[in-house]
Amino acid sequence: MKRIYLDYAATTPVDPQVFKAMEPYLKNIFGNPSSLHEFGQEARRAVQVARQQVANLINADQEEIIFTSGGTEANNTALKGIFFAKEKLDGHLIVSCIEHHAVLEPAKFLKNRNIQVDYLPVDSNGIVNLNKLKDLLRPETVLVSVMHANNEMGAIQPIEEIVEIIKEYRKKNNSLYPYFHTDAVQTASHLPIDVKKIDIDLLSMSAHKLYGPKGIGALYIKQGIKIAPFIEGGEQEDKRRASTENTPGIIGFGKAAEMAREEMVQENKRLIELRDWLIQSILNKIPKTKLNGHPAQRLSNNVNVSIAGVEGEALLIALDHEGIACSTGSACSSESLVPSHVLLKMGLPVEIAHSSLRFTLGRWTKKKDLEYLVKKLELIVKRLRNVSALKAEEIEI
Amino acid sequence: MGCFAEESQLMEHFLHPRNVGKIENPDAIGHVGNVVCGDIMDLYLKIKDNKIIDAKFQTYGCAAAIASTSILTELVINMDLDKALELSNKKIVEVLGDVPKHKYHCTILAEQALKSAIENYKNKKNK
Repeated sequence: MKRIYLDYAATTPVDPQVFKAMEPYLKNIFGNPSSLHEFGQEARRAVQVARQQVANLINADQEEIIFTSGGTEANNTALKGIFFAKEKLDGHLIVSCIEHHAVLEPAKFLKNRNIQVDYLPVDSNGIVNLNKLKDLLRPETVLVSVMHANNEMGAIQPIEEIVEIIKEYRKKNNSLYPYFHTDAVQTASHLPIDVKKIDIDLLSMSAHKLYGPKGIGALYIKQGIKIAPFIEGGEQEDKRRASTENTPGIIGFGKAAEMAREEMVQENKRLIELRDWLIQSILNKIPKTKLNGHPAQRLSNNVNVSIAGVEGEALLIALDHEGIACSTGSACSSESLVPSHVLLKMGLPVEIAHSSLRFTLGRWTKKKDLEYLVKKLELIVKRLRNVSALKAEEIEI
Repeated sequence: MGCFAEESQLMEHFLHPRNVGKIENPDAIGHVGNVVCGDIMDLYLKIKDNKIIDAKFQTYGCAAAIASTSILTELVINMDLDKALELSNKKIVEVLGDVPKHKYHCTILAEQALKSAIENYKNKKNK
C-alpha cells in the first residue's frame, strides 16, 4: 500500500546526508569530548564545528548555543533557568495562551512557586494581541515567552514587534528586564531568523523537526544573560548544561541545520505552493470546510482544516487505513476529552475544533501525494458525514 | 496498522458500519453525548410486542464511538426489551476486541444511548 507521511510537524525522518555525517560518531569517533586525549579531542572538534553550524542557522555566536536533549528541555531551561538565576524566586512571567505544553507546563511549575503568570490572548487567526502585551508588562516582569509560530495551526507570531515593545519598556524603566524567549522549534528551518537583528534573548530549537535525529536540541542564550543550569553535574556546555555530550546527535543536528539553511529559500517556495494547492483543493472540493489559522502569516508547510460534521480522530484513523499519516486537534486521541487548547483559544466552537485535521508537508512531499490525499479525503468525508449525528448542512463554519 | 488492529471488529465496524441512518416514525429515540466531549450518538428503535425489531444509528465521534454504536445495533435487533435493558458496555468491549482503556467511555455512551431509548419508549407508553 502507498504510504504518505504528512505529519512533518510531529517529526521528520533523518536525512540520508545527516545519517552519513553521524555515522563515524556512532562507530570509531566515540571519545568523550571532555577527555584530554586525542580520542576525546577529535570528538570535541567535531562538536564545535556542529555548534557553529547550528549557530549559523540563527546568526548567533557559537558560544551562545548550548545543546540539550531536545526542544522540550530547551524550553524548560529557558523558563526555569531565567527565574532560578535570580537572587529571589519571584517576579512576573508572560506567555502566550497558545504555547506548546513544553512552555505551558514549566510556566505552571513557576506559577506554583509564587511567580505571577499571565497568558497573552490571540485573535481568531491565532495571532497574539500586542496591545494586551503592553498592558501586561510590569516592573516585575522578568520574562516574556511567545512562540515564533504555532505548531498546530501555523500562525506566525509578530516577534519583531514584540521585541520592539519590550525594548521600549526596558528603556522607559531603565531595566534589563524583561527578557524575551521564543520557541522556534517549528520555525528554525522554515523562517530565516537573525537573533542579532531581531535582538532575541533566548530561543529554542529541535533537531528532529528539521531532518536531524531525535534526542537533541539547542537553547540559544544571548551573550551576558545568566541562567541557572537545569541539569547539574559536570562542566559541559560552559557549565550551563551538564552531561556527556550526545556527539552523534550533535553532529547530526549540525549537518541538518546546515542543510536547512542552504535550502530554506527555495524549499519554502516549493512548500508554500504545495500548501496553498492543498488548502484550495480541500476548501473547494469538500463543502463546509474551513482553514484554521492566519491564511498568509502562516508556516510554509502547515495546513489545518476543520471539516464540519466529522470528528478529527475518525478522519485520522480512516486516512491512516489508506496509508496517509496526519494529525488532529480532536481530543479523542489524547487522554483528556477536551480538544486542542490552541483551537479553542482562537475562538473556534468546540465541535469545529473536534473536527480538525492537520497536514504538515516536508522535504519528500510531492504534488501527487496531495492529489491522492484529496481524492481519499473526499470519499472518507462523504462516508463519515453519512454516519454522523451532526449534519454538516446545519453547521455554521 | 495504526492504533487499532486492522483485523479487529473495531476497525471492521468503523470502516463498514451496520444499520446507519434514521427510522421513519421510530418507537424510541436515544440521544446521548455532547459536542464538548466530541461524541454524539443518536439511536432509533422500532419496537413490536416488547421486542426490538429494528435499530438504526447516527454517530458523530471517533472510530471507537462509531464502531460501538454499530455493534450495539447488531446486538439488540431481535432482542426482548427486558433483555436489552440488561445489556452492558462490557458486551460491546468484548465484541470490539482490542479497546484501549481511554476508549471505554465510547462503549459506555453506547450503552447509555440504548437505555435512554428504552426509557423514552416506556415513558411514551405510560402517557
